[in-house]
Amino acid sequence: MARLARLQLGDKEIEPMARELSAVLDHIAKISELDLKDVPPTSHVIADAMPTHPALRPDEPCLSLPREVALAQAPAVSGDGFLVPSPQA
Amino acid sequence: MSATDVLELSAAEAAAAIAAGALSASELFETYRSRAASDRAADEGALNCFTWVADDEPEGSAPAPLGGVPVAVKDLFCTEGVPSQSGSRILEGYLPPYTATAVSRLTEAGATLLGKTNQDEFAMGSSNENSAFGPVLNPWDRTRVPGGSSGGSAAAVAAGLAPWALGTDTGGSIRQPAALCGIVGLKPTYGAVSRYGMIAFASSLDQAGPLTRDVTDAALMLKHMVGRDPCDATSLAFPEEIALPSAEQLDGIRLGVPKELTSGSTGSEGEGIEAGVLDVFRVALGRAEELGAKIVQSVQLPHAPHALSAYYVLAPAEASSNLARFDGVRYGMRAEDAGDLLDMYTRTRHDGFGAEVKRRIMLGTYALSSGYYDAYYGRAQRVRTKIADDFRSAFEQVDLIVTPTAPTVAFKLGEKTDDPLAMYLNDYCTVPMSLAGIPAISIPCGLSEGLPVGLQIAGPAFSENRLLDAAHALERALGFDGSKARA
Amino acid sequence: MTAYEPVIGLEIHVQLKTRTKMFCGCELSFGDPPNTHTCPVCLGLPGSLPVANAKAVHFGLMIGMALNSKLAPRSIFHRKNYFYPDLPKGYQISQYDEPLCKGGRLGEVCIHRVHLEEDAAKLIHVGSSGRIQGSDTSIVDFNRGGTPLAEIVTEPDLSTPERAGEWLRLLRTTLRALGVSDVNMEEGSLRCDANISIRPVGSHELGVKTELKNMNSFRFIERGIRAEIARQVKILDGGGQVSQETLHFDPASGAITSLRSKEEAHDYRYFPEPDLVPVAIDEEMIEAARAAMSELPADRAERFQRESGLSVESAQLLAFRGELGDYFERALAAAVEPAARPQSLANWLSGELVPRLDDGEGSGGDPNKSDVRPEALAELVGLVSAKRISVGAGRQVLDTLVALGGVPAQIVEAEGLTAMNGGDELATVVAAALESNADAAARVREGNAKAIGPIVGYVMRETKGRADGGEVTRLVNEQLGI
Repeated sequence: MARLARLQLGDKEIEPMARELSAVLDHIAKISELDLKDVPPTSHVIADAMPTHPALRPDEPCLSLPREVALAQAPAVSGDGFLVPSPQA
Repeated sequence: MSATDVLELSAAEAAAAIAAGALSASELFETYRSRAASDRAADEGALNCFTWVADDEPEGSAPAPLGGVPVAVKDLFCTEGVPSQSGSRILEGYLPPYTATAVSRLTEAGATLLGKTNQDEFAMGSSNENSAFGPVLNPWDRTRVPGGSSGGSAAAVAAGLAPWALGTDTGGSIRQPAALCGIVGLKPTYGAVSRYGMIAFASSLDQAGPLTRDVTDAALMLKHMVGRDPCDATSLAFPEEIALPSAEQLDGIRLGVPKELTSGSTGSEGEGIEAGVLDVFRVALGRAEELGAKIVQSVQLPHAPHALSAYYVLAPAEASSNLARFDGVRYGMRAEDAGDLLDMYTRTRHDGFGAEVKRRIMLGTYALSSGYYDAYYGRAQRVRTKIADDFRSAFEQVDLIVTPTAPTVAFKLGEKTDDPLAMYLNDYCTVPMSLAGIPAISIPCGLSEGLPVGLQIAGPAFSENRLLDAAHALERALGFDGSKARA
Repeated sequence: MTAYEPVIGLEIHVQLKTRTKMFCGCELSFGDPPNTHTCPVCLGLPGSLPVANAKAVHFGLMIGMALNSKLAPRSIFHRKNYFYPDLPKGYQISQYDEPLCKGGRLGEVCIHRVHLEEDAAKLIHVGSSGRIQGSDTSIVDFNRGGTPLAEIVTEPDLSTPERAGEWLRLLRTTLRALGVSDVNMEEGSLRCDANISIRPVGSHELGVKTELKNMNSFRFIERGIRAEIARQVKILDGGGQVSQETLHFDPASGAITSLRSKEEAHDYRYFPEPDLVPVAIDEEMIEAARAAMSELPADRAERFQRESGLSVESAQLLAFRGELGDYFERALAAAVEPAARPQSLANWLSGELVPRLDDGEGSGGDPNKSDVRPEALAELVGLVSAKRISVGAGRQVLDTLVALGGVPAQIVEAEGLTAMNGGDELATVVAAALESNADAAARVREGNAKAIGPIVGYVMRETKGRADGGEVTRLVNEQLGI
């Protein structure tokens, strides 16, 4: 799970984390008690219940960021781009 | 006007005074700025409300109607050129190239940026003890927490370090600290205020809202923030104008008091409201009746007890996805001497995120993972439907619902940090409204053990005007005095 | 040895030709300096939010209509979560179980679904001089990140690599006719992956399928599919089992290798995108899409049959490869004297000109890009139709046109190719031929029509191919008194 989330847990962290997560999961398991057959899931709580406007955007260009600004916060830059270690093939 | 007098003005009163020429905007700004800066600089006994304070007054004249009233803004709102870290190490030194819509609407209305306030990291927490900037202290008792995640905003307003503040509420993060600090906090209808520029925690729950000294200020701030934003597809046009409240009575208002959220500690996990809080709450209900309200005890929210569980599946799930962008590639922290790409990702995120954030990312990843989605995320979404339905039914019986805002008064620093579950229970009364997307306000209604107790009023979607009016009337009648915290 | 039949499905990604990106207002570009078309949204800056492009939805609907798909009245976006440097948010906004379009058909292939999503950014590998373990770097260019994509997934209805190539061409022509994309494989606006499995002939169960990715030309796709089928056959014949994996075809070596998966567990943890509301399609949007539809290949083929009297096969051949249809229409429009019969024109175009333009693709190049102007071909075909030159001479003229361009009438003149259609000149040559091939002549007179071969050959040699074959036969028979 940690790998999926790209989180590295140190040895000292694993045990307390597992314990805490276990306790929380037990509590969360309460929702398995309910009978929810035929209940539709809600993914957009207000939009689902209101007449929906599709909230689409017209295909009009907006000003892009100047490159220096886009790169300004980058931890590592090379020339015109963001520098990263290569994904291993 | 003396500094003390200036500090006594609410935001609305200050705006009026500036407009009338009785107060200079510079004087107002500097009064607050120096107090905020002192708290920031102090080591001993500092409340630690601010992560950044303006060096001096912003240039140019600020337009009416908020002309020149300074506002403190929670760290997670992007403010162009000003540090915005959402209380986290992983965004150390991050200066956004743009400003959040909620903030720019306020500054366009004339408010000035006083400073950025401390918060639980990525808005995850109920005590403001999870911040990379250190904990915030409660101005009522500096050995206690102010609540969270908008702890810095709440404490700043309560202590008179800011006339008002902007915060965010996902499961109670405006209302609960407002309650623990004896001030007013409002979570608007989901979609009423744009989320563009708010560093996200849980996208389907996050909402920006005011933390203020009184209900009128809350209405004033909300008024200038609501409305559709083309940059936020989930933002909605508010069907009517937000009015400044004027009601002084509650005649004909049916107030629902659901037993699921207003009972004493009974649950095996320690759910339920502590006795002192319940007593103060009931006295406040009595006041409401005197104002003409009809108390309806028979209203039910049958799925409210499951709200917390559903919330702690949905919110971490969305958060685990929202926080995936913090990978050290384009901004923020990157672990030094990282080897390959995987190493860079994992070490950056290990070093940059605090324990609570990691916990929730793990929880969220699990809830969405293959094989578990239906049991967790899928189920939680269905529970959400039931909770929204519960409120819809309830609002056919009553106009508004009232509960205590939080199950306890402010607890001691460190008291619940070892027990995540105990910490999560702080949101017991506030989470159901978040899941239903409906608006809710917390107003201080009394003291228990010398510490503030909050009363929460919730209404149907887009009922903010009615909500604010009722809160205003009750606030007048209760006459809560928060000046002790401002000393 | 078991005979196997291949089962092939295609997954096509089409970059839509909108002005701006799928979820933000940055302009689309190709070849511009890196990171000059970015904004908080497509950079995945904290606090940014996506807003869907109405034009992309419009194009998506048009594609759905062209493919006879069912347009979903309500579709939603999902997050597909994985980590990669070209994915700024750590998730791609795509569609999962409620896509824009479901079902449909194009030609002989059924469509499974069509959905909208955003493209990833570009990762440029920086080849390092002096390789040290772990120190290879890449540069990320976010210009492309966020480009609107339509993903078209077919049912596994294709049975040969050639059919797959043909169908893909039909799809490309269709999309180009719609104007929704440049559909240029070299530029990356059309990308195709193939899902391939094999099974014993006659079996109805599906074998294990592999996914073949990153083939960026029609030729590579056909070759890659062919290679993968061969590989699977070899495995099964050897008693082994095909494992489900993602593969890469190297056109240079013909090798097929395993691609490391981007997300190890392949667990994308899909959930509905909370930052976007569902896309509700109303009558207005459907009407707008319908009004924007242009003539599709199937319709064009029918029109060719109707208006030009082409056979079904010819009509489809020309209509399903857009460039041929375009050339054909331009040639038809050329007012040449004598006029070219449309079917002849079609035959000469597909049977003679296109094969001569084969640029190694194995399927013929684009006549519009050749030196043979459509008017020239029309003129040539007209001359042949009117028997001014023989078919053989026509071919010769075409060779010259392909090599050098020019005007057929002038070439005929210059190379002395005017037909010998009769008259004394030809009769004289025929007489000479009969004399030189007395045995053959005798056999023909006896009724062995096939024996005419050497006689005709003699005439053709003498006339340098200018004689019309039919005319020669007529004269032979006449002179032999048959």
